[in-house]
Amino acid sequence: MGAVINQLPIGLSIAAVLLLIALGLTFTFGQMGVINMAHGEFIMAGAYTAYLLQDWAGRQAVPVALPVAFVVAGLMGLVLERTLIRRFYGRPLDTLLLTWGVSLLLQQLARDLFGAPNVQVRAPEFLEGGLGVLPYNRLFIMALAAGGVLAIWIYLNRTAQGRRMQAVMQNRQLAAVMGIDTGRVDMRTFFIGSGLAGVAGVALTLVGPVGPALGTYYIVDAFLVVVAGGLGALRGAVAAALALGLLNSYAEFWTDASLAKVVVFAAVIAFLQVRPRGLFVLRSRALT
Amino acid sequence: MRKSAWRIGAAIALISAGITGCGASPAGTAGDAASVAGGADTIKVGLLHSLSGTMAISEVTVRDAEMLAVEEINAAGGVLGKKLVPVVEDGASDWPTFAEKATKLIARDRVATVFGGWTSASRKAMLPVFEKRKALLWYPVQYEGLESSPNIFYTGATTNQQIVPALDYLKEQGKKSVFLVGSDYVFPRTANKIIKAYAAANGMKVLGEEYTPLGHTEYGTLVNKVVQARPDAVFNTLNGDSNVAFFKQLKSAGVTAKDMPVMSVSVAEEEVKGIGVDNIAGHLVAWNYYQTTKNAANDKFVAAFKARYGADRVTSDPMEAGYNAVYLWAEAVKKAGSTDVEAVKKAAGGIALDRPEGQVTIDGDNQHMFKTARIGEVEPDGQIKEVWNSGKPIKPDPYLRTYSWAGGLV
Amino acid sequence: MTATTPQTPATPATAPRFAAPPPAPPWWARLGGPAAFTAVALLALVAAPLLLEPFRLNLLAKYLCYAIVGLGIGLAWGQGGMLVIGQGVFFGLGGYAMGMYLKLHEAGGDLPDFMVWSGVERLPALWAPFASPAFSLVFAVAGPMALAGLLGTLVFRRRVRGAYFAILTQALAAATVILLVGRQGLTGGTNGLTNFFELFGQDLAADGTQRGLYLVVAVVLGVLYLGARQLLRSRFGRLLIAVRDGEDRVRFLGYDPATVKTLTFAVSAGMAGLAGALFVPVVGIISPALLGVVPSLELVVAVAVGGRFSLAGAILGAVVMGQARTTFSEQFADGWLYLQGALFIVVMTLAPRGLAGLAGTAREMWSSRRARA
Repeated sequence: MGAVINQLPIGLSIAAVLLLIALGLTFTFGQMGVINMAHGEFIMAGAYTAYLLQDWAGRQAVPVALPVAFVVAGLMGLVLERTLIRRFYGRPLDTLLLTWGVSLLLQQLARDLFGAPNVQVRAPEFLEGGLGVLPYNRLFIMALAAGGVLAIWIYLNRTAQGRRMQAVMQNRQLAAVMGIDTGRVDMRTFFIGSGLAGVAGVALTLVGPVGPALGTYYIVDAFLVVVAGGLGALRGAVAAALALGLLNSYAEFWTDASLAKVVVFAAVIAFLQVRPRGLFVLRSRALT
Repeated sequence: MRKSAWRIGAAIALISAGITGCGASPAGTAGDAASVAGGADTIKVGLLHSLSGTMAISEVTVRDAEMLAVEEINAAGGVLGKKLVPVVEDGASDWPTFAEKATKLIARDRVATVFGGWTSASRKAMLPVFEKRKALLWYPVQYEGLESSPNIFYTGATTNQQIVPALDYLKEQGKKSVFLVGSDYVFPRTANKIIKAYAAANGMKVLGEEYTPLGHTEYGTLVNKVVQARPDAVFNTLNGDSNVAFFKQLKSAGVTAKDMPVMSVSVAEEEVKGIGVDNIAGHLVAWNYYQTTKNAANDKFVAAFKARYGADRVTSDPMEAGYNAVYLWAEAVKKAGSTDVEAVKKAAGGIALDRPEGQVTIDGDNQHMFKTARIGEVEPDGQIKEVWNSGKPIKPDPYLRTYSWAGGLV
Repeated sequence: MTATTPQTPATPATAPRFAAPPPAPPWWARLGGPAAFTAVALLALVAAPLLLEPFRLNLLAKYLCYAIVGLGIGLAWGQGGMLVIGQGVFFGLGGYAMGMYLKLHEAGGDLPDFMVWSGVERLPALWAPFASPAFSLVFAVAGPMALAGLLGTLVFRRRVRGAYFAILTQALAAATVILLVGRQGLTGGTNGLTNFFELFGQDLAADGTQRGLYLVVAVVLGVLYLGARQLLRSRFGRLLIAVRDGEDRVRFLGYDPATVKTLTFAVSAGMAGLAGALFVPVVGIISPALLGVVPSLELVVAVAVGGRFSLAGAILGAVVMGQARTTFSEQFADGWLYLQGALFIVVMTLAPRGLAGLAGTAREMWSSRRARA
């Protein structure tokens, strides 16, 4: 029975990883309708930031890299938004394909810059060891995810910028009429969304490989979280990440890893039968 | 718009047919010219590995080693007085592409032989091409056995030169129970079948058998299962990036090499770097060659490789097997006096060379190699220290026919 | 749901929405279409087999298989507005149906080789019907159509659309691959099914067989193309385009968009399945890697490059991208990923209507200049 109880924190930590990745996506996908397939590569950029920072931060590279990766990935997102995505608003399906092209380019670029083999990011000493079955590095990721959710909540609800962002998300035209510079808000949204991917990337160096393909391992699952949670809903993302994380961990525990993935997919399809637009939906009378 | 669609479509289809046609004709002439040149003072050989995609990470290193062998042979005067001309193709980590490129190398470039492949899947995809076209493939990676194509030479280990010795070693160390962890594909599943048969015959307990999809990175649950089962050792057939996640998460769960060593068969020097030495130091691996293997041929190989590709590069077992393949083929050609496939095959049996891993002899019956098995331990500096070897080269037995406990397997 | 602005109708922004009807084309222009089609057909059916060496002809046959999938994607995405990134699944279903038949035929009553390695002792019941070639061929088309019909009914009835649908098809591709790989004894695992030597008594390695296969693929493609055109000209086709451009309006007019979309999705899946069944004897292998997210996306990319709004463009794209891939990887392997990524960004940004759109634009410019003169 101990093993079953042990699965709970493992499920929570899977949920935390999913949530960290999906947080960035709820911004770019949820709030702007942009399906950013290059999100995974921003995660990769965050991980490589931690790798590069090891040169002078040594084993403290991971904590040091958190803010740096936020800025690095955020700037990459900003550039992407300014140069390309800007032309695609209102064509969400096209952004999916466009950003997939970007993601191919970034992966190959990483391969040429850092080499195809995985690189090593050493975890700081204070993250070695753990509490029972739950290692400190997992706790760190969970804390980071919780902190991220809190920070975003405060930003969205307690700052003027955040409220403007919500206004644009709810009704772009009306917000523009009210004098909100929607272009600026878009930039900010993309910066934050991509920056969060960078933070997720740093966290992932603690548990997974750091290589050019890093982003591709997580992106499909993260999109499922956003879809199940409802576009643009922070609480939706949290609830969906928790549900999928726990489902994943228990399904894997009772069957195997391959079947667990299939179970998760089937569950999302079934769930969409009940709530086609995800868990939490922004109420609106508009059609489509 | 509707009417024009016809014409646009037609025009464009014409253009595209043109492209295809043009693409064909100049290359076609090149191919013909080459086959003539093949008769003159050069011999073409194909190198077919994934240079892009998920497998590139491993296969590029083998390509590099094979290239080095070709260059060395050319510097020493070539084969039969002719220089080798390598034709490099990209399998793109995609099995049908391997079949397509193999066909191209054989039919268009008329290469004398092909060195290539890494995954079993790529070999299986190429096998019918080589058999149908009566061509020759040298496959340089340890694999799951149960195969002996007349058109393939296998220079990596088969199961009785890697898996079985690894089990012997664990048994010798008094390990009574193992947990099997593998990526979900042919090699781990076959290897685990062998391990279970061996365990049943040798009083070992198999406490669990788990597979994860290729590229899987979430090992919390699996580590939990392993920890709960408390095996004496873990037998790991995970492939590629999954190893990184597995070892990181195993270590953070507090499992050390001392109380539960992991025996890996797909982790070599190159992979140790990516996993992080901290996470894997002290754990065991099973191969036929390490960069630290002591002999004159290896000193020369390591020095030449570093001189050619950079001092930070490491050499590994599949690289060495690829490097050997070129030399073994060249030796067979010399002995046969021709690059004709049948003549080369006939001449190859019994050829013995001193290679970086020690003596390698071609077994003419099944076209595998006699190889020495070596168990190694990962050192804190990222190198692998040999802790045990089989003493002499083991005769390859891809179908495990000489092992009584393996009777029910094939 | 205002967060996502409604997807702009696929009519390119540059084209005037309420253009005056074009003047009736002169008699020779009306002949132009069928004449061009005949020319291409002759080129493909007569010239190519005569001029191309067997290796190249075989490659062309492979691209044409992709073109059949592309045609389906063009139908679902270009005309119906449903971005399908899981076509690989249907392609694979057709491919496996064919592969299972070939494998059983090869084994001649014994177990297929991979089952022996995987420790399977009796032929699984799932495999039994595939001993019949007729069943396999029918299943290759009907299986994907049924699966797509089921998924479509589930998803479209609940009005899941746009990005959601795209992501779901993508996840379907990912899940299918994992399932196929994980059931090695049943499916051959990562290796897939390979090592086929014979099709209906013909040696698959023989040049003559391959030439015949090429002709079959080309004819099937041609017939499907004509069929798809007819479909688009029918009442159903107009309804489909109307659904793409304004689903709710169509619903208010009393039609059921879900049925229209489901049917179209099923047709495109059937095309992909048929393409898969043809692909297997042409290329000699079917494996999970061909079904995944990446190959599925690559096909969509090819269609976008060719021009998603024109059926001919979709076909063209598949052939051109297939050829480009082969050429590039023969020259420099690493460059291909850069080129593919870059090409894609350029096409999506500068020419969302693809090559066919460019040709159309060029023609319009030419004719407008002539009109002015």
